[in-house]
Parts: sequence; structure tokens; C-alpha cells
Amino acid sequence: MRSRARSAIAGAVGSPIPHDSSRLHVTGRAAFTDDLPEPRDLLHVAVGTSTKAHARIRSLDLSAVSAAPGVIAVMTANEIPGANNCGPVVDDDPILAAGLVEYVGQAVFSVAADTAERARKAARLARIDYEELTPVLGIREAIAARSFVLPTESLFRGDSKKAIADAAHRLKGSVELGGQDQFYLEGQIAMALPAEDGDLFVYSSTQHPGEVQHLVAEATGRQSKDVIVECRRMGGAFGGKESQPALIACIAALMTQKTGRACKLRLDRDVDMIMTGKRHDFVIDYEVGFDERGRIDGIDFMFASRCGMSADLSGAINDRTMFHCDNAYFLRNVTVVSHRCKTNTVSNTAFRGFGGPQGMFGIEVVIDDIARHLGLDPLQVRRENFYGKGERDTTPYQQKIEDNIINEIVDELVNTSGYLERRADIRKFNQQNPVLKRGIALTPVKFGISFTATHLNQAGALLHVYTDGTVHLNHGGTEMGQGLFTKVAQVVAEELQIDIDRIKITASDTSKVPNASATAASSGSDMNGKAAQIAAAKIRRRLTSFAADHFSVAEQEVVFDNNEIRAGGKTLSFAELAHLAWFARVPLSATGFYRTPKINYDRSTFSGRPFFYYAYGAAVSEVIIDTLTGEQRLLRADILHDCGDSLNPAIDMGQIEGGFIQGVGWLTSEELWWNAEGELKTHAPSTYKIPTSSDVPVDFRVSMLRSSPNREETIYRSKAVGEPPLMLSLSAFHAIRDAVASVSDYSKRPQLEAPATPESVLKAVIEQQSDE
Amino acid sequence: MSEGKTAHSNCRKTLRFILDGETVELNDVDPNRTVLQYLREDIRRTGTKEGCAEGDCGACTVVVADIDPSGERLRARAVNSCIQFLPTLDGKELLTVESLAGAEEVLHPAQRAMIDCHGSQCGFCTPGFVMSLFALFKSNASPTRQQIDEALAGNLCRCTGYRPIVDAAREMYKANPGSDSWLMQPSNAEAGADEQRRIAKLEALFADEPLGIEGCGRKFFSPRELDHFAELVAEYPSATILAGGTDIGLWVTKQHRNPDVLIYSGNVDGLTDIAVRGGCLDIGAAVSLTDAMEMIIAHVPALEELFVRFASPPIRNAATLGGNIANGSPIGDSMPALLVMDAELILRAGGSSRSVALADFYLAYQQTALQPGEFIERIRIPLPGEGNLVQSYKVAKRFDQDISAVCGAYRVRLDDGKVAEARIAYGGMAEIPARAMKCEQSLLGSEWKEESIERAMRALDEDFSPISDMRSSAAYRRQVCGNLLKRFYLETIGSPAVRVYSYGR
Repeated sequence: MRSRARSAIAGAVGSPIPHDSSRLHVTGRAAFTDDLPEPRDLLHVAVGTSTKAHARIRSLDLSAVSAAPGVIAVMTANEIPGANNCGPVVDDDPILAAGLVEYVGQAVFSVAADTAERARKAARLARIDYEELTPVLGIREAIAARSFVLPTESLFRGDSKKAIADAAHRLKGSVELGGQDQFYLEGQIAMALPAEDGDLFVYSSTQHPGEVQHLVAEATGRQSKDVIVECRRMGGAFGGKESQPALIACIAALMTQKTGRACKLRLDRDVDMIMTGKRHDFVIDYEVGFDERGRIDGIDFMFASRCGMSADLSGAINDRTMFHCDNAYFLRNVTVVSHRCKTNTVSNTAFRGFGGPQGMFGIEVVIDDIARHLGLDPLQVRRENFYGKGERDTTPYQQKIEDNIINEIVDELVNTSGYLERRADIRKFNQQNPVLKRGIALTPVKFGISFTATHLNQAGALLHVYTDGTVHLNHGGTEMGQGLFTKVAQVVAEELQIDIDRIKITASDTSKVPNASATAASSGSDMNGKAAQIAAAKIRRRLTSFAADHFSVAEQEVVFDNNEIRAGGKTLSFAELAHLAWFARVPLSATGFYRTPKINYDRSTFSGRPFFYYAYGAAVSEVIIDTLTGEQRLLRADILHDCGDSLNPAIDMGQIEGGFIQGVGWLTSEELWWNAEGELKTHAPSTYKIPTSSDVPVDFRVSMLRSSPNREETIYRSKAVGEPPLMLSLSAFHAIRDAVASVSDYSKRPQLEAPATPESVLKAVIEQQSDE
Repeated sequence: MSEGKTAHSNCRKTLRFILDGETVELNDVDPNRTVLQYLREDIRRTGTKEGCAEGDCGACTVVVADIDPSGERLRARAVNSCIQFLPTLDGKELLTVESLAGAEEVLHPAQRAMIDCHGSQCGFCTPGFVMSLFALFKSNASPTRQQIDEALAGNLCRCTGYRPIVDAAREMYKANPGSDSWLMQPSNAEAGADEQRRIAKLEALFADEPLGIEGCGRKFFSPRELDHFAELVAEYPSATILAGGTDIGLWVTKQHRNPDVLIYSGNVDGLTDIAVRGGCLDIGAAVSLTDAMEMIIAHVPALEELFVRFASPPIRNAATLGGNIANGSPIGDSMPALLVMDAELILRAGGSSRSVALADFYLAYQQTALQPGEFIERIRIPLPGEGNLVQSYKVAKRFDQDISAVCGAYRVRLDDGKVAEARIAYGGMAEIPARAMKCEQSLLGSEWKEESIERAMRALDEDFSPISDMRSSAAYRRQVCGNLLKRFYLETIGSPAVRVYSYGR
């Protein structure tokens, strides 16, 4: 990995150092929540769940559960002393169902026993008598029944109806897009410990310790000051541990409160996948008017998502869908209607991209359809519609795009990937091969960075310098594998000019940094990096001022460089300076606080500047499909992605590659399948198929855009990279579409639903072969 | 039988295996305890993780070493500790992620390479990957990309996109092992003193009477002799015969069912050997899928894709061909191929044996011709003679470690351009793996050309009425079972490029 290190210290900003825990990871010594030493008398909790999608509970007989071997306690909704809610935004998410169940797998009661196995066995012994109600299971069904978790929203600019009517060409279409399970390798888990005077200490695998703290306090009838939540690391999260851990932590904490003993709840994989939320699946309808070059004059979109039984984060997620249905394209006349459907299935939640990928999926299908209709290369139609610079540069929500680099990225990638030559080769191949067909596509990414809820764009950090010159670093972000802790430590190392091994990275802890936002929206490094930088700068200023005073030199003459401080003619180590400063009673602890500048946004009108800046990228994928079975394989992928001035190119590369492959899984092999009773039948890796090593293209060329500092003043001019690369995977889906289209010699629009499983691809192939 | 004369009266009551060079001796072990539970809960060795408790994610991967058939080398194989019962470790060496670096903290080349290549992000799957890499390191001195993918097929990573892990699999061979420990030496190194020491330890463990234990009211027997095995099965006709445990493990972890008596076939002489005899592959029922597959591919190379896509290395290392057959699942991937090769089974009860054609073995959904007290002793697969065209295809949502929506197998013998013999069989199309009799009849005597195939494809509609489930719809299964026959035909006539799996590789 090419180093872009800014200075000579070990772990400088820009250096591709390994993840801070990598040595612990590979030796098995990195402690995840289930690996922590277990307190004396620990109880293991299991959850009894609903077997009906929609029903009233007539009676709940837990006598057999209580009598089962090893059982210490059982708990139902009416024993919850505080609020029976773990909904993060709307109070519509019961911790334990109170009389009404709204999905199969919903928590109805909890049971604590001396071993996890006994608790799980006991949880199966409940006798629940249900009065079944009619469930709403599908999105179209929900729209027809006006079954929504939140009001329908719309966003418009110009007169799309008229523009479509006046356009030279018109198309209508509809496409279905499946959801996705986060499939973090570490399942949901929390361990709650009783503390003095009824207080609680909770270890939670969570992206949002602060929210777990608040919801545990409310459920137990206590206050935030009575609860501490800690998380050192998660074994993957991807959004699945943004709001969902509150349910797990509340159940564990309530049982601790009831029994006075430490309680651990670790969900089995199947229960985890059935009980917790996923990426929203969508149906998307569109009507578009365009000219002979494929430039869009007007477009009407209808996005409808399966939110499941409660609101959870669905409001902001569907908002982001609306904000990203332009992707990198200027839509002059546009109307977007967004339905947030209530269904009797698990409440869907955050997943990398947070609704953005689904919005972008919509417009990319439209672009591809336009190209097929006009017989043009879809790339040409994409370019025709790209945002301009100085003109055609305002989004449907009225944000002026000031950092547009999409043309530069696409031009470079077209060259480096050999897109045009390969496209011609593929056409030749397809003429000569009746069974296997190849396809290629280039898709762009423009992704808005910031929480759309403006108030969440704040972060805090806490820094202590000890008298030996070592540093204790804490901030409100959480580590889920993305390397946030490493990057923030690099920022502090750079700021204080000390080697990174002098810095102890510590667990996220609600008692150190309060009211932190979730580590989400790709904002972790941007915000926590800045907060930590501010804290470090405070200490550096104090040390500078002290050194100037102490050595009688001007402050400008005090230089921090490579573990040393030079003050006039004097040189001393950072440790020596820290010790001197302590002796002189200089405070060596500081907090840092950061709020993202420039953003403002009025949700009532869907207008303003929700995003501080945009991250860009593009990918070219090439696939081969089998027209007899619908099987497909990704042969090659070329990616060019924009990380600004990367804080750590190795870690950012990991985000790009990992995000891309995760997106490929979403759009190809990962299928969620419910039966007619509303039971999810793909609830374990035996039935739910995320990519494996052999799904990664043998020819995989990934680059980061060079010399492209963020135009906004972000932390060392870097760019957020957590979510944007996931959407590069749209190129794989469109390459499959391209291969499918070859079946009709590119004369028909492919009707390909996502995920493009063999069955979905074969269906599209057969449709291409038909005469209609 | 009186108390003193039961088939298990001379059994050893102490389970013994090697961990970190020490002999672990355990009494009163619950036979249903998994290796993972033992590691994480009993001895708080938490490097090995639980990701799914069904052998599908690989976070729990450990390596089990035993003495290879030559008797001179140690063999290290990855297995899923989450569904491996603890007593199956008897007489073996267990290696976990903590075993590699040891107390001295000298990283194993696989660990070093994972750090250098940025192969860990969240780190939860990492110990499992490290162990699969270690098993690869000890079994292949210079793997190709495809062999690396195969070695990692049982390990899921959700963070990295695998590229850095594949890099690590290449990089680990470049490090100087810096130690003569068996752990640190790649597979092509000669057996050193450390390896010999380890072998001697295992030999000593295996020197005395077979294991027969009772714990938590449950029994576990690990006989060594076939007669002893047969006696035990006769004595406990309702016992569960445990081979690889890749399905029975899930009874315990997922269904919370606890079999009371387990009779383990993995150490039985006469069930674990494999040979070519009388024109047949003659495979003991307890031969691992890994070993069976190696032999089958050597003699029927056309089946290579089927078998390398069959489950994953950790599963194939534990699971057995006999278990796959006895399990009677309608979607087991070996059965269609074995059906078209006219495999037969030797079934044994007590002292008597009988032979049953595999085609007659399956009676109904998960019901077989096995009588109480009877077990599969051997599988005999007649080698397809000259002039036979053989193939098997599986179709699933993912290429590696996925259960087939449809698995088809084909064998035709052509005589003067006409079909002289036809065997067509499918998994996933009915409640049992089954031959397509109407389709076969339609082909018999026909010319080997497209029209005959089209007709045979239509006949498949009469053979099968598949169901819809999470793997695919009935309509898709119908469509694809015919199209796979067409693919087979196209391949036999030399059509270019009809399989995406192998395209460009």
C-alpha cells in the first residue's frame, strides 16, 4: 500500500498502518463481548418469540418454562418497571410484546437460566394461545391497504408531469429490489451487570452506546446517570447494530434488575436473523420523459419500502432514498413519492447506505432502460445526464453541488478499464456463444455525507496525557472493524507528533463522552477525528504555552516534531515535557467537541443543504451468465474511488473492496425469503448466502483517486468511506442486465429483479426470448 | 446380555486428546458437548468464535491433527468445532488459534501474513480464517487462486471482500518460518523431530482400549473393530450412529435434541478404508468426504466440480460419504451421481450383510431401507466403463458451500450414435434423490441428438413434481432440471463454454 504519510512518526496521518487490533485479531486475543470474563453467578437469558405474524395473545402460560431445569426467572411485558419501548425515534417498538404480536419472531418473554443451553431449551416450552389477525405481508399489499408506519412523503421540483408529456420519448417501468441481512459475524449480544444502588453497567455490542444507555434507563425506570454502557469492539455491524442492540440490552438489563445478578443475552444466529431488522426491500415505479440522446426531461418516481412492524429508523432511511434517487444525475423536473409501508414482518433498519442504495438503484434502472430503448450504450446516457459544473448543478432538494468530480472519475476509469474495447469484444463473444453471455457496465456513485438529521452531526472526544507522555484516547465513535479507532489515533499521533504506540485506544463508554451520535452515516472518522484533533490541539496549545514560558522563548519557536519538542535551543522528549508540565500544574486532560459546519436542512420542505459534501466513485463490472440456468459469475471489476486525502489508505482500501463485495451480495446471492405465513425461511448461513472468496473476481483492480483533497475542510481533507463503495456494486447488477439484454440482441429492456439469483436471471432471460 | 458381558464392558472411561502439547484427560464428559462449548465455556479459551452453530460460517474453525494413512506424517485438517462433539477428539491433537503463536507470541506465518495484508477488519471471523489458512499451509505448498478459494470456502468474512485474505494465503509461504516446530513448517518440509514427537504422543494415546463413556446420562462409544461396532449397534438398536456429525451436531445446537447413545464410526477399522476392487470404488461408510472425493475424482474426473463445490473443506473433512447417504436428505449432493453410476450399498446387521442398490435404498422422505440395528458398511461404485459419458451439475444461489436447488447427474453409454444405456438422476426434485425413469426411457435407443434431448426434457415433467421453497420455485426447478440435461448434451458434443463456474479459470 502506497504511503501518504504526513510526518516521520509511526502511524502518521496518511500511513497505511494495520488495524490497531490486528495482532489481537489473528491470535484470538481480541475480546468481543462474549469473550469477556464472566461475573460470578452470571445468568444466561433467552427470548421466547411469537410464532404468528399478527395476533392477539389470549393467554400466555409460562409454567413449563419456569419449571424447566436451571431456570431462575422469567419475565413478561407487564413486569417492565419503566417504558416498554426500544424504538429509537417513535415509541412504537415494544421490548416484550404486550398482548399483540406483529411479526413472527417478536420477543414475547425472556427467561434466565444457569446456562445458555438451558435458557434456550426452556424458552421453547411456553404455551401461547393466539387469536390470529389478518397480516399484511407484502409491499403492494400494504400500499393498497394504506398501511404505513409513517406518513407518505414527497419531494418535487419543476413540473415533471408536463415535462414527461412534452418529451420526445417516454417510458414506464417497475422493478422489485430485495432487502439484505447485515450478517455481522458476531451476533447481537449484551451483558448487564448490577451496580451499586440499582445502577446498571452494560456491555453491549452496539454502534450507539448512548442510545442503549437512554433506552435501558427508560425501560428500567431509572435515569441516564444510573446506566453506563461500554463497547470496545463489535464483530461487524453494518448498521445492524445502530438501533437493534437496544432490544437485546434492555432484555438483559431488565433481567439483571429483576434478579440482581449479571445477565447475558447472546442471540443464536437463527434468532438474530429472525428477530432483528434488515435492509429495506423496495418496489419502485417510474415514468420518465427524455430526448433522443437520453437526457431526462422529467421523471416521476414512486418508492415504497417494507418498513416492517414499527418505524425504527425508517423515516430517515426513506428520506435518504429520496435524496439519492438522483445519484450523479441532474433531474430538472422530478417528483418523488415515498411510502413507508407497515407490514407484519420484522422492523427493517439501518444497513450501510441507509436507503441511499435503493434510491440509486432506482435511477440506474431508469438510465439503463432509456439506453436500451434508444439503442445507446448506457454509459453514454449516464454521461448525458451527469450533473454539470456551474450549471445543471442543483439537486432536487436544492443543494448546490460544489465538489462535482464525477466526469473526471468516469473518464479515467473508462480508460484504465478498457471499457469500450471490452464492450466490443463482449458483443462479439455473445454472437458466437449461444449459451453463455457476457455483459459489462459502468455505474457512478455520488453519496451525500452527513446525517440528514442535522442535530446528529456532533461528536466529542476525551484525551488524557500522563506524566510518562503516554495518551489515553476516548471518543464517542465505536469500532466495528472499519478501523475508526486506528484512524482517530493517527490523528492524535499526528497532532501531538508522537508515535501511535504511545496512545491507548479505549472502549466507547457513555461515562467518558456523553450523548454521542451513533457511529453511522459514514461520519465516524470525519466527526470523531475532528473532535479528537480539537482535544489534542488544546493540550498541544497548553504545552506550547508552558514550554515557551518555561524555556523563555516565543511560542512560535516551540516545535513538536517526531516525538520531540524543540524550544529555542532545547530539545526534549514529549514525555519529559509532559512530566515538566504536570509538575508546573498544567492540565493534561482535554475534551474536544466538533459540529459539522455549513449544513442546514428543512425537513418540512425537503430542501436545504443536508450534506456537508459528497463522496464519489465509479466501477466497471464484467459478468458472464448462463442462459440455461441463470447462474452468473463476476469476471472482473475495476474501481476508482474518491477518499479525498486518505487518513489511512490501507484501511480505506478495505472499506472500498469490502463494501463493493457486500453490495454484490445484496444484488446477487443474498435473498430473503418469507413463506405465506410470514415466516422468514432464510435465517442462517445455510440458507442465506453472502459472498464467499470465490465470488470475488479473479481480476479485481481497485484504485483510489489521487491528488483529490476534499474541497471542504474535513479532517486532513479526507473523505468518508464507510458506505459509498457499497453502491459501486450496482455495476455488477447492470453488467448482468447487459448480459441478459444480449439475449434479444439488445432490442428489449431486461426485466431483472434484484437480487439477481439464478432464478431471477433465468426469468429475465426467458422474458427476453419471448416475442412480446 | 448380562451386565458383565456387554459390548462395551472393556471400554476406556477417560477421554484423551492433545492440546498445546499436553494430554488432556476428561471424565464424565457429556457426549453432546461440542468442541466449541468445551473451548469457550469449560476452559475459557475464547479465541475460537461461534458465528452460526451450524458449520456454515467458519468462525469456529479449529484444526484436528491425526496420523495419516502412511503412519509417518501428521495430517492437519480444518473442522467446524461448533458441531463437532468433544469425544470425537479422542486420540487426536486439537489445534486452536491460541495454539499457533503460543505463549512466546511468535506469530505463525499465517497470522503474520493476515496482519501484513490487512486481512482482518472486525476480527471476529479472523481466528477461523487463520486456522483454515494454517490447514492450507500444512497441506499445500503452493496453492493456486482456485485452491485458495476452495480452502476458504467454509469461512465467511463480511468486512474485507476477501482480497486481502487471499493475498495472505499467498504471502504466508514467503515468510521464513524461523523455527523447526511442525506448526511453522510448510507442508513440503520433511518430517522433523517435532512432528515425530507429536506422532509418538498420538500413537501412545491410541494404544489401549477403545473409548466408551457416559456423561449426563448419555453414552458415547468409539469402537475400533468392525465386529465391535456391529455388536454395539445391535445392542443399542435405537442408538444414533455418529460419523462426521455435520448433521447430528445441528440436532443438538439447533433443535435442542440430545441423542442418548452415540456410536462413533470414525475410528472403526473396516469402515474407514478405501480401495478399488473388482472394477468398483469400494468405500468404507466412515471414509471422510475429503478422502472419498479425492478417490472419486481420480477415477471420474468429470465429477471434480461437483465435489469441490460440495459443502466446504471443514465439512468435508468431518462428514462421510456413508453419512451423506444414510441421512437420506433429498438434497444431498452425492446421491444423484452415485445413482447414475449404479452404486450399491453393503448393509450390515450384527454378523450378517446384504447388498442393496442405492436406487432402492430411499423409500420416502428421510426414510431408508435400513432396519433397526442395521448400518451402512460400504459403498460400492462401479467405475463407468469405456464409452460412458458421466457428469453431474449443481445449481444453487452461490457456487461454494450452498445447498443445491437442483442437482442433476447423467450417465449415457452410446453405441453407434444411439443411447444404449441411460441413467439420469436428480436431487431437489422430489422428496428423495431419484432417478428420472421416464426421461431415461425416452432416451434409450434414441439417437444422441438435440431432438431426442428435447423429448427427454419433456419427459422429466412426468418424472417430477418439485416444490417451491427458499432455494427456488417449483417452476424454476422444472425448467432447470431439463436445461441441465441439455447442458450435458451440449458438453458431450463439444459445445464451447456452457458453464460459468469454470469459464475463464
